[in-house]
Amino acid sequence: MGALLLRAARCAALIGFAIAIFSASTPAFAATPGIDSADTAWMIVATALVLMMTIPGLALFYSGMVRKKNVLATMAQSFAAVAIISILWAAFGYSLVFTGDGPWLGGLGRIFLAGMDMNSVNAAAKTIPEALFMLYQMTFAIITVALVAGSVADRMRFSAYLLFSVAWFILVYIPLAHWIWGGGFLGSMGVLDFAGGLVVHLSAGVSGLVAAKVMGERHGYGHENLSPFDLSLAVIGTGLLWVGWFGFNGGSALAANSRAVMAIIATHLAACAGALTWGAIEWSSRRKPSVLGMISGAVAGLGTITPASGFVAPWQGVIIGIVAGAVCYWACTWLKHRFKYDDSLDVFGVHGVGGMTGTMLTGIFATASIGGVSGVIEGHPQQLLIQLYGIAVTLVWCSGVTYAILKVVSIFVPLRVSRQAELEGLDISQHGEALQ
Amino acid sequence: MKLIVAIIKPFKLDEVRQGLTEIGVHGMTVTEVKGYGRQKGHTEIYRGAEYVVNFLPKLRIEIAVSTELADKAIEVISTHARTGQIGDGKIFVTPIDHALRIRTGETDSDAL
Repeated sequence: MGALLLRAARCAALIGFAIAIFSASTPAFAATPGIDSADTAWMIVATALVLMMTIPGLALFYSGMVRKKNVLATMAQSFAAVAIISILWAAFGYSLVFTGDGPWLGGLGRIFLAGMDMNSVNAAAKTIPEALFMLYQMTFAIITVALVAGSVADRMRFSAYLLFSVAWFILVYIPLAHWIWGGGFLGSMGVLDFAGGLVVHLSAGVSGLVAAKVMGERHGYGHENLSPFDLSLAVIGTGLLWVGWFGFNGGSALAANSRAVMAIIATHLAACAGALTWGAIEWSSRRKPSVLGMISGAVAGLGTITPASGFVAPWQGVIIGIVAGAVCYWACTWLKHRFKYDDSLDVFGVHGVGGMTGTMLTGIFATASIGGVSGVIEGHPQQLLIQLYGIAVTLVWCSGVTYAILKVVSIFVPLRVSRQAELEGLDISQHGEALQ
Repeated sequence: MKLIVAIIKPFKLDEVRQGLTEIGVHGMTVTEVKGYGRQKGHTEIYRGAEYVVNFLPKLRIEIAVSTELADKAIEVISTHARTGQIGDGKIFVTPIDHALRIRTGETDSDAL
């Protein structure tokens, strides 16, 4: 009887709410001229999707692949990146990347969001509020910093990770994002990077590789069982990353338009092709297609299509996904063992190699009718050279500065936890908690 | 009285339980355990990294029965838990000195 009454009350409340919505005809304030409601609505959704990629997407993807004693510590790295980078982005990151058009660094006009009001827009996205543009780009900075953590999982001291992340965001991410997206020298010379093949994936991948080299191998690497705690978490994480990527690549059109849709289709097809390719290679060479292999292939396809989406046609997304699955498989299973580096969660193998491959393929497949630029196939071979230049600059800057940052941080605090703490697990030694 | 400890394949639990209930065994304790015998382990591959997993998941069943029932119970467990493949498990039998039901204070065979 009580439950029935409760249900009736809920129905009444819903009906009242619906009536209130439909009868509200006059908006409280007039929309700013130039700001488009559809674009704004899509970009709000896309912003939420990209934030979802880091928490819980990346947090689950990564923590499912580490051992049980390091699950919480791995989640803490993603979570801390969200909290810290968001505040730094609003404080000065946005201003230094996206205002002013200096070749090396942006301006100080929007420090602490000064002057950003209800009507302001950024020249890069004139149909959405500048505050939304700022928020959307914030989520990219967050995930890039969080991605790096996968290379040093299982062994980095939390305090050192925080110091490294802040310095890396300021000295690596901010300049690179400005050079390519904020009107800096790489963007001006025509380097194509739709949603972050260079800015996000290659930068995180190569920095992760350097960090893994500097930190050294995990204890027991190569002879002890370091198998994942729970790959079902990683599968859920991959699903969230995949869906979030619609906002990542689709949102990079910065408007609710056909280019956003084309980017999403290419993205989705590339993820499918990557998953199938990696799984098929395992099936033929090791007799079983692993779940970790299929999700790795999907993420490889997603990372690789990132710079190209918005410039290529849907079926080219499939080709890029196939190449991604094959090349990243090779990087994770052969390259890593050949050069003996312990990139714990294969940030370089999947994101670094994927971002690099995708940036090159963008120069080959770029289609004028989609993104306004032609690649090699449409008779513009110079585009490939420009892309290679972008890759070279990204590689040199990210690896050099990351190395320097790690050396400086290690003066103040050891990068690794003690051997005892590593054996005990980072959850208990860094955070005083543990999964039972 | 005998304590029968059996290590069996996890998916055989229901058959074993049913068989034991039919012959009048009305209680058991089951624990999830890991171990290895002749079966050794298996190999897992994660992105090309191969790990040999030595300990395989098994179930450990403990039942306490009267001496008369022990042989019958052992036979039931061995027939119901058998697949014929390596790794079917083992049965261990030990004598029980004393038993007590906590609620009523009944002892020995009354407590089983």
